[in-house]
Amino acid sequence: MARLAAPLDSLLVMPEQVTNKSKRKFNFFDSIEKPTEWFIRLCGWSSIIGIAAIFLFIFKEAAPMLPRLDWVTFFTSPRWIPNPAPGNPASFGALALLVGTFTTTFIALIIAVPVGLGAAVYISEFAKGKVKETLKVVIELLAAIPSIVWGFIGLMVLGPLIKTVFTAAPGSWWGQVMVTLHLASAETGAAQGTNLLTGGVILALMAVPVIVSLSEDALRAVPDSFREAALALGANPWETVRRVLFPAARNGLLAACMLGMGRAVGETMAVLLATGHNNRIPAALTDPVRTMTATIAAEMGETVFGDPHYRVLFILGIVLFAITCSINVASDLIIKGVKKANKA
Amino acid sequence: MSAPVQHCITTKDVCLWYAKFQALINVTVNIKQGKITSLIGPSGCGKTTLLRCFNRINERYDYVTTRGEIKILGKNIYDEDVSLIELRKKVGMVFQRPNPLPISVYENIVFGLRIHHERSATKQSVLDEAVEKALTEVRLWDDLKDRLDTKATTLQLEQQQKLCIARLLPLKPDIILMDEPCSALDVEGTRAIEELMFELKGRYSIVIVTHNMAQARRASDECIFMLMGELVEHTRTEDLFLTPKNPKTAEYIEGRYG
Ligand SMILES: Nc1ncnc2c1ncn2[C@@H]1O[C@H](COP(=O)(O)OP(=O)(O)OP(=O)(O)O)[C@@H](O)[C@H]1O
Ligand SMILES: [Mg+2]
Repeated sequence: MARLAAPLDSLLVMPEQVTNKSKRKFNFFDSIEKPTEWFIRLCGWSSIIGIAAIFLFIFKEAAPMLPRLDWVTFFTSPRWIPNPAPGNPASFGALALLVGTFTTTFIALIIAVPVGLGAAVYISEFAKGKVKETLKVVIELLAAIPSIVWGFIGLMVLGPLIKTVFTAAPGSWWGQVMVTLHLASAETGAAQGTNLLTGGVILALMAVPVIVSLSEDALRAVPDSFREAALALGANPWETVRRVLFPAARNGLLAACMLGMGRAVGETMAVLLATGHNNRIPAALTDPVRTMTATIAAEMGETVFGDPHYRVLFILGIVLFAITCSINVASDLIIKGVKKANKA
Repeated sequence: MSAPVQHCITTKDVCLWYAKFQALINVTVNIKQGKITSLIGPSGCGKTTLLRCFNRINERYDYVTTRGEIKILGKNIYDEDVSLIELRKKVGMVFQRPNPLPISVYENIVFGLRIHHERSATKQSVLDEAVEKALTEVRLWDDLKDRLDTKATTLQLEQQQKLCIARLLPLKPDIILMDEPCSALDVEGTRAIEELMFELKGRYSIVIVTHNMAQARRASDECIFMLMGELVEHTRTEDLFLTPKNPKTAEYIEGRYG
């Protein structure tokens, strides 16, 4: 019986036919096919159920606040004052938080995409033997470093370094240059240790392993015959990469970058420590910022269950959720667009 | 005395090792210019390996060692001053599985021009002309002239293989190496490729590896029989099939092992 050899295939492909068969004659594999089928189906659906449940939960907590929130303020004001004080009325303006999330992510991607793709190309096309194996292990190790450790590195190592490099005496010509180029804060001319740049670089370091390992997979999946075709036409390795491997692996490379971006947007602990956690719109590269994720993490503990502050933090969560979802949808659309363009 | 025979490829005592395994043993051969030469022999005897020496593409594996002398158009290709790029322009290769690049038909054909010439030298009109010429030469122009933007990997296999031949032509090669170019094709496709080889012969020297003895007989002027990494016999195709000198050749063409 061929069916015996591949019980799983058959039940996935043609459930009806299998059921008919099992009525005719008792057979162990046939008898567990139905439950197995449901189990597998459940596994498939569980991710969707999970996402729906998460969304519902966040939404439930946020819901009472949705009609009451001043949405214009939320999206256009940087005044995030959850705990009102005399002369300082409560205000939920999340603009600076949105800007913080987007700027740190942007800086992270500017660094991580070229570095990540370059490293992936080097590992998959140029490195040989020991070097290749070592690099792959190192990349995996990098991916395994907990985010709090990255936060420490930002705080203790990278921050002081950036502070030293970007700080110049106020009024000096160098300080003037830094301020003009928006590299150091206009107010003091001095750079903070923990700031937008530090956070961005730390996020980049965290996104690079993701981008490298996924891009490397994508490049490795390109058939060797393409490389030989290009080489036999006299292409050098670099031309082969640029003109053959990149087009051939485009979808995988794009997906890798999108996942790297997702990692940067969603990161919490490292940015909490490395960005300075300061609610304002940055004017310079070394101004401290604050992200949505860090705000939720830092403030959730001090809220009173059910009060507006509590609920607005959940609204921030919904916004984050929407951002990551749209990144995914956008990448899907880009990939589909690329596919269509290839066929046309 | 008749005019001296021109040889496009001459090798002397070529040995090749894949790591410790010796795949070619003292291969000495002179391949005539403008002719079709077929390489036959049982599986694993080193036909592909020998063919891949002629454009030095074996060297992409770093565990390959080659010894001996290979002269192409009189020039030893293992000399220090030989440019791999120039060599591969002169010596084109067609692979066993059609392997057009995953870009458009048009870009596949101009690929060689783009990588070998300055941007300024590859004007649109020059490229267009090269595409038309190359596709006409392989008899694809009528089929594909309205579909130059199609992704080449979506064509029929026969068209893909012809395209793989066409993309060599703009580089004006002297020699075309073919490694079982018809093994992925049906009877029709095989016939089409063979006809194409006849049309190209004369202007290009063709070396073709084949498993199909009928094909070697039909399509080639000269025939080389290899066995276990060694060259056993090399003569005119008719002579090799009618009056083989070496008993091993006779056994092989009678189909005793294969
Ligand atoms: N990349 C490689 N690494 C190691 N050994 C190889 C490699 N390529 C070929 N060989 C070995 O070298 C010998 C000759 O192989 P080659 O591919 O040249 O034979 P062939 O005559 O083309 O055979 P076929 O008719 O099956 O294509 C074989 O024994 C093969 O196992
Ligand atoms: Mg072969």
